[in-house]
Amino acid sequence: MRKFQLRPCGNFNESYEEELSIFETDFGRLWLLVGLIILFGILPLPFISGPGVLHILNMIGIYSIAAVGLNLLIGYTGQISLGHGAFFGVGAYAAAILATKVGVPFILSIPAAGIITAVVGIIFGLPSARLKHLYLLIATLAGQIIIEYVFVQWESLTEGANGISIVAASLFGLDLGNDRTFFYVIFVSFVIMAWIAVNLVRTRYGRAFIAIRDNDRAAEGMGIPIFRYKLLSFAISSFYAGFAGGLYAYYMISITPEPFNLWLSIEFIAMIIIGGLGNIPGSVLGTVFIVILNEGLSQITQYLMNVGASASVAISIAPLREFVFGLAIVLFVIFEPKGLAEVWRIIRSNFRLWPFSY
Amino acid sequence: MEFFLQLLVNGISLGFLYALSALGFVMIFKSSSVLNLAHGELLAIGAFLFLVLSTWAQMPIVISFAITLVGTFLLGFVVERLFLRPLIGENLIEVIMMTLGLGIMFKGLLLFIFGGDIKVYPHFLPEALNLQFGSIQIPSVNVAAFIIGIIFLIIFGFFFKFSSQGIYMRSVADNQSAALSLGVHVRRVFALSWAIAALVAAMSGIVLGILNGISVHDLSRIGLKVFPVVILGGLDSIGGAILGGVIIGLLETFTGGYISTSLREIIPYIVLVVILMVKPYGLFGLVEIERV
Repeated sequence: MRKFQLRPCGNFNESYEEELSIFETDFGRLWLLVGLIILFGILPLPFISGPGVLHILNMIGIYSIAAVGLNLLIGYTGQISLGHGAFFGVGAYAAAILATKVGVPFILSIPAAGIITAVVGIIFGLPSARLKHLYLLIATLAGQIIIEYVFVQWESLTEGANGISIVAASLFGLDLGNDRTFFYVIFVSFVIMAWIAVNLVRTRYGRAFIAIRDNDRAAEGMGIPIFRYKLLSFAISSFYAGFAGGLYAYYMISITPEPFNLWLSIEFIAMIIIGGLGNIPGSVLGTVFIVILNEGLSQITQYLMNVGASASVAISIAPLREFVFGLAIVLFVIFEPKGLAEVWRIIRSNFRLWPFSY
Repeated sequence: MEFFLQLLVNGISLGFLYALSALGFVMIFKSSSVLNLAHGELLAIGAFLFLVLSTWAQMPIVISFAITLVGTFLLGFVVERLFLRPLIGENLIEVIMMTLGLGIMFKGLLLFIFGGDIKVYPHFLPEALNLQFGSIQIPSVNVAAFIIGIIFLIIFGFFFKFSSQGIYMRSVADNQSAALSLGVHVRRVFALSWAIAALVAAMSGIVLGILNGISVHDLSRIGLKVFPVVILGGLDSIGGAILGGVIIGLLETFTGGYISTSLREIIPYIVLVVILMVKPYGLFGLVEIERV
């Protein structure tokens, strides 16, 4: 039986392993366990989450996977991508096409969608070979627009604007058609993907990504083949996007090109900026924030349309959603550039250090 | 042949519109290396300010034009002061996120105030500007765009070459800390470049508005079209922006005319990716040899 650790007052790490550890004390592990029990045992119960809440939870789960992937690219490797929404769409289309035209079973088509998206991501990541982040941003922006075009125009494969409908997922003969069972699929994948991401940044690959982000020239001087690692990071991030996109396709049953536009890419970036760059739990926090903000704003619009004001007022209020969105990004960049994760850390350490919290 | 010539003329006029929209973008990038993702919204703000003054407030065209330019100039100052100044010295991603957030904010605000449908200006350009060569027509807006483009090119050329502020701007763009140590007022340079960029953007927004009508969505889409133009011309070259604009404009009209109209919207971005892979600093951009 190992010793149950309490947190020392200060930083007393003696080895690199201690510095790298995910949990500083066993309390962290305990809380994670409690969190997982709540997530899988209590949250999906029918009397806690009705169909509306369950839908929001599922969207949070799907977007979180993609946001974690984007955070690996932007937050850890320092390469900015404006094409994550399109890559998410590539994953969704890949899964849908594999399922309907090739007949690949659910359990294979999702990872396959991830791999296909990773390949597409590498193609648009190639300009990063010679260029720094600013140009990569522009290349991914072009990628976003080109991919959107392909979704609409390659009708023999993507059915154009009509979209593709797929049969509900089933796993080992188990029907996963309804929201409540698919909740488990989404969140089991989410936990696995988040676990991989958290551990990835502790490996030599993750350390190399961080070195590239902090100073690419120094990283190259220390023997990190920068181009290869940048592409690897791009591929991993696209894999996450594609995986999440595949889940999205199965969850939504039918997909059209519309949702995968530039706005979705911006939302993904907003998620990780608001959540915290270079912080995996932060990207989940950011996703929760954005999805709830989105949902809340559209609820308000709907409420106004039904109850109090006339429909024209509600329609004219709808753009305020974009305004609030932009405002949230701007305020976070100015006042808390490290995002919600930092806010959470400050709150935690205030409790821990109370009453001497300075 | 006639079709070809008409496409050529259309392409060049369209190209000048793109070049005009790209000028303000290059202006900001050249002095502060900020990639301005809110440029389309700056175009839209200028266009709508002019709309409000000229049609709703019923002011004479010349006066409302002058007020628009002064107003957007001040707006540029305010934007730089409130939103960009706190980020001097921060990471690139934060600056880019800031301009992205600003863009979304402005867009939401404009949509809230003016709605998403297309508005039009009253007709005021003189008929004499409508040019006609044989069967080929050049509408007055395009002539105006051409003239404005040339005027701005000359003004900026002289400004960057001979005026002290212009030289300060180039020095800041070249090496910020060296410029600081030589006594250049870097913050003022940033503020001024945002102000001028907003002014130029307003100008191009008005020209675009005369041509296509003013709609928030269209103008912010043009803000993205700026990227192929400036990448092709070189991110920090004003002459390059003009030439890049013309090339992209020609490419678009010829693709639309000869190949397919749906490909037309996408061809600039395909070119963009190819250029980034082959000649990333563009035709006239400053080549910084740094392989990382």
